[in-house]
Amino acid sequence: MEFLYYFGDVFTPINFGLLLLGTIGGLILGATPGLSPTMAVALLIPFTFQLQAAQGLILLGAAYTSTVAGGAVSAILLKIPGAPANIATTLDGHTMAQKGEGAKALQISFLASAVGGIFGVLLLIFLTPVLAQWALAFGPSHLFWLAILGVTVIGSLDSKSVVKGLLSGCIGLWLATIGFDDIMGAQRFIFHPALGGGINIIAALIGLFAIPQVITMFAKGRKGDGAEVLKVQKHPISGAFRELFRNKRAMGIGTAVGSVIGLIPGVGGQIAGLVAYDQSKKFSPDRDKFGTGHPEGVIAAESANNAMVGPSLVPLLTLSIPGSPTAAVLLGGLLIHGIFPGTDLFDNHPDVAWTFINSMLIGQVLMCIFGLYVAGLAARVAQVPQSVMAAVVLGLAVFGSYSVQSSMGDVYVMAALGVMMYFLERFGFSAAPLVLGLILGPIAEANFIQGSMIANATDGLGPYFLGGTLNIFLIVVVIASIAYSGYMELRSRRYTSKEEIIA
Amino acid sequence: MKKLLAGAAIALTAMTGASFADGHANYPERPIMMMVSYGAGGATDFQARIVTMTAGNEDALGMPIAILNKPGAGGRVGWNWLAGQAEADGYTLGAYNIPHFIAQSIKGGVEYSRDSFEPIANWGADPAVMVVGADSEFNTMEDVVNFAKENPGKLTTSGAGLFVGHHIAALQMEKACGCSMAYIPTKGGGAAAMKAVIAGEVMAGINNLSDAFRAREAGNVKILGVADLERNDFMPDVPTMMEAGLDVDNSSVNFRGVMVPKGTPQGIIDKLAATVPTMFENSRVQGKMKAGGSPMHIMTRDEVLAMWEKREQTLKELLAGL
Repeated sequence: MEFLYYFGDVFTPINFGLLLLGTIGGLILGATPGLSPTMAVALLIPFTFQLQAAQGLILLGAAYTSTVAGGAVSAILLKIPGAPANIATTLDGHTMAQKGEGAKALQISFLASAVGGIFGVLLLIFLTPVLAQWALAFGPSHLFWLAILGVTVIGSLDSKSVVKGLLSGCIGLWLATIGFDDIMGAQRFIFHPALGGGINIIAALIGLFAIPQVITMFAKGRKGDGAEVLKVQKHPISGAFRELFRNKRAMGIGTAVGSVIGLIPGVGGQIAGLVAYDQSKKFSPDRDKFGTGHPEGVIAAESANNAMVGPSLVPLLTLSIPGSPTAAVLLGGLLIHGIFPGTDLFDNHPDVAWTFINSMLIGQVLMCIFGLYVAGLAARVAQVPQSVMAAVVLGLAVFGSYSVQSSMGDVYVMAALGVMMYFLERFGFSAAPLVLGLILGPIAEANFIQGSMIANATDGLGPYFLGGTLNIFLIVVVIASIAYSGYMELRSRRYTSKEEIIA
Repeated sequence: MKKLLAGAAIALTAMTGASFADGHANYPERPIMMMVSYGAGGATDFQARIVTMTAGNEDALGMPIAILNKPGAGGRVGWNWLAGQAEADGYTLGAYNIPHFIAQSIKGGVEYSRDSFEPIANWGADPAVMVVGADSEFNTMEDVVNFAKENPGKLTTSGAGLFVGHHIAALQMEKACGCSMAYIPTKGGGAAAMKAVIAGEVMAGINNLSDAFRAREAGNVKILGVADLERNDFMPDVPTMMEAGLDVDNSSVNFRGVMVPKGTPQGIIDKLAATVPTMFENSRVQGKMKAGGSPMHIMTRDEVLAMWEKREQTLKELLAGL
């Protein structure tokens, strides 16, 4: 209960002002395509040089929280996921916006974010020592199986045909091999210097999701006068609350999956949203509605990616190991003030530690309030004529992919992948499985190589990858997931007409 | 230190004359950019931001230095860019990591070598250290070496990647003790390698002194040896590898500093070489670096030139068999 003593510190004028600044700034940065939470926090680091330790961390923590949620804005309205965390949000969120329900989608996404986020921070407050052990429990073999578990959902994710889903997953896995391999130092498929560092995930996201849509919009613009202006339906906030309560299952699954997966160093944040989305889909009676603008999908994805924020800081705060790039940046924010995460932080600087954690709790609420306010205004984006919209999205896509590492190469990669995706979409492939392949490929590969090196030096490949409770548990889940997909595929086959199969 | 300052002052006066002749008297006239070939938040980025924070002061360059991150492929992306695409006009600096970029250029596949860059000054030296988990049975370097001798290839040792300081230290240790270890490069840099040690996935690890110091403060690891010529001020109780009977010198020490691409006007190089070391000596910079657990080691351009050359020779010998 120690954290309660430090709640007052959050509300001193300067601290609260910084919290507001971080939250509002974070929402704006998060909503800008290409500015991932990691980058937003890194941009703010120099400002914290001048601040006290607790103040600096409040600013950084608030920015982290609200950029993750702010990413939903561009994901829903523009179909540009600001970061891997927001991929799953586009699947139903953008379809909702296209139906004129943008305001509703934004409202429930911010509410779901706040619920998930608060739960995640509470976990951080109460269960940190337990969670730290859990974070360490995942070694290379477990991470390998976890990535394989991710691969098993590729086929069923946002695709009518499992085969096409798997195929686009494979394309993603192949794209992931491009570049210098960090472990063995091999060079693979580098035909142009721009590919030396591999395919940057943010640039790829922007290209794969936004560009096909831009091309479609331009194509439409030439046919008619393009004034296919949507009527934006007003949506009362109370309605969004009701919607949230109606979907307790998606909310629960999203929050649980986000908290658990967010904890695992190096994997969590990127796939939490997608795994939660897939799981809610499997458990939902309305699973056919997923992907067609179904609020449950948005709720699951957004509650998961904000629930991950709190637990993702556990390895950093307790073990002094930054588990994600964003945590690494926060580590810099602590070190600059001479504070070492770990026991030093909680024993000698409890005011800094708890003020920071408390401010994240308050930040979630502030983020939700501002988000709800913005939702109504932002949804008007759908009223912009398509030809104008296409130009704006294209501009943002170029800006976003350039700003990731100030490299024109990423813009070429973005454009090339986008054009490729446009044609793939015409043949019924979708971007989400491809991106999942791109994310999971390196995780599976690196952990397999690392695991096999350790295994060869110790007790051999078999016992290392197949032994141990956690390994066996994960393998069982993998098998169950495959069996379930196969079963669903067979069952739905019976009702599928010949025309649908051809389509 | 006084001698060094006096030297720098003399150099400064001499250089100003030279730069007048070259027509770079007014350099810098606009803000300068410094490329860091690792991501925001990493140790190199973090330190680069601290050591350049006083660049805008009148007694330093009088213009701020902005950090530009170009991460990827263990630093190769950024250094390729600096060697091939950056403008050599004095407004684009780069941060170097030794032995990384020299080892990479020896292994090939990159567009740079030692000759592609001109060093300006060195700000930090982060030696590699041997760490084991807090509850490990190893308590000294001898324990580790004995285990490695009795069980060839069984001692799993994590490190940040191939051909970085950690790997070099592991190679030198193997050569020194005539034993073989299982070096496990991790993806995700030093943090991932440290996690592997703390979680008990590997028996030992080689990591940065600064990160290991933090992990030891948190009570997670024991530090057994430093791969440097002298004991480190941050941990005077930890012996060097030499003291522990292993012939491992300071070749694996991760030197960090500032360089410019070849072709930058000599007048500008001279001016930077004179000013930048004094900028590193600023007390605010020193204070922040010490607070963050980052060991400083300021070297002038001439010292760095000699260090680069020596390092290249050692690395060529060491990597010849791989």
